[in-house]
Amino acid sequence: MIPAAFDYVRAGSAEEAVSLLIEHGDEAKLLAGGHSLLPLMKLRLATPSVLIDVGRVPDLSYIEERGDEIAIGSLVRHHELETSELLHAQVPLLAHTAHQVGDPQVRHRGTLGGTLAHGDPASDLPAAVLALGGTLVAQGPNGRRDIAATDFFEGFLETALAPDEMLVEIRVPKVPGAGWSFQKFNRRAQDWAIVGVAAVTNGTTGIALVNMGSTPLRATAVEAAVQSGASATDAAALAAEGTEPPTDLNASPEYRRHLATVLVRRALEEAGK
Amino acid sequence: MKVTTTVNGAKQAHDVEPRTLLVQYLREACQLTGTKIGCDTSSCGACTVLYEGESVKSCTMLAAQADGGTITTIEGLAASDGTLHPVQEAFHEHHGLQCGYCTAGMVLAAVGFLQENPTPSEHDVREGLEGNLCRCTGYHNIVKAVLAASEAMQ
Repeated sequence: MIPAAFDYVRAGSAEEAVSLLIEHGDEAKLLAGGHSLLPLMKLRLATPSVLIDVGRVPDLSYIEERGDEIAIGSLVRHHELETSELLHAQVPLLAHTAHQVGDPQVRHRGTLGGTLAHGDPASDLPAAVLALGGTLVAQGPNGRRDIAATDFFEGFLETALAPDEMLVEIRVPKVPGAGWSFQKFNRRAQDWAIVGVAAVTNGTTGIALVNMGSTPLRATAVEAAVQSGASATDAAALAAEGTEPPTDLNASPEYRRHLATVLVRRALEEAGK
Repeated sequence: MKVTTTVNGAKQAHDVEPRTLLVQYLREACQLTGTKIGCDTSSCGACTVLYEGESVKSCTMLAAQADGGTITTIEGLAASDGTLHPVQEAFHEHHGLQCGYCTAGMVLAAVGFLQENPTPSEHDVREGLEGNLCRCTGYHNIVKAVLAASEAMQ
């Protein structure tokens, strides 16, 4: 399968990428690792007429400490996340979740910024960033702005990024001693999660759900129940509240709602240890 | 557009459309047909090559993204005198193939994996090759071969 024809341009910097986005408008898409975009283009589900390759932009491949947070350049690849000693020490949920994505070849190419900007509710890493209460940094024509992860995912494959903005950085709080868990349920290796759960307990508990609606979701009812002292089982019973899980070959919405309660309970138990 | 790469140590420069996939570039422009196209959806791993030393699925990468880069395909693993790479030798020795269609990708994935984990357990090997499917289901001998190659390479 070959994508529809397009023009290919390379951006040497985030500023140049933003200029190119302004120049080419709606017809343009940013290309980083390409592991979300290229499969869609091969199926002709996406047909951008201009691809702006940001894969070579320097200085966006860092993982570094910044005060109480870890700052991660948007071009950091999943393989770099899963092997980062700094992440394993400070935000193990994120390193572990990166290891659950796809397979080794996919993790060598896919980027954290790409998977977040793609906004697929079935992806693993957006849920981890959401559970952690991360911050996403968008660069646009007027400079940079911070977007809370909780405000970032707006609809199916839709995010708060404006058409002339590029995601350049992701920040997550350091949670070195926190309890955490990532539960991914699928039937075959390398598949998407039928349902997934990211949980982190650090004073408060953050829970996010994979593939339980049109966006990655915070399980706010569960979080509130945990906060007011409910048991893992009682809190997890609320996991499907406010969700609209999809139906597909793997599962019905009813099955996903059930699975969410089971996986959230397991996640709370593991994070609470 | 002109895409210039180093494939198996040799310079390659070809004019291709921007939408050319790396696997097409290798097979059609470079005439290196050892790399196979299997599922064409980044699931099966038959098209695995090493890009900058790391395993990648060449059906899900544009040739343009590899411009200026270094690629190793199955044709580039054996020494110039024909001596097989230890992973190729181990696949031969342990009969790590049946129909052979997945083999090129499987071998490249194994070479990349052993660079990252030179002394894997059996479980590590099975997990490390999760991106490669063998529809003959000949996984046992493939895993044996990778473990044997790991020992041979110590």
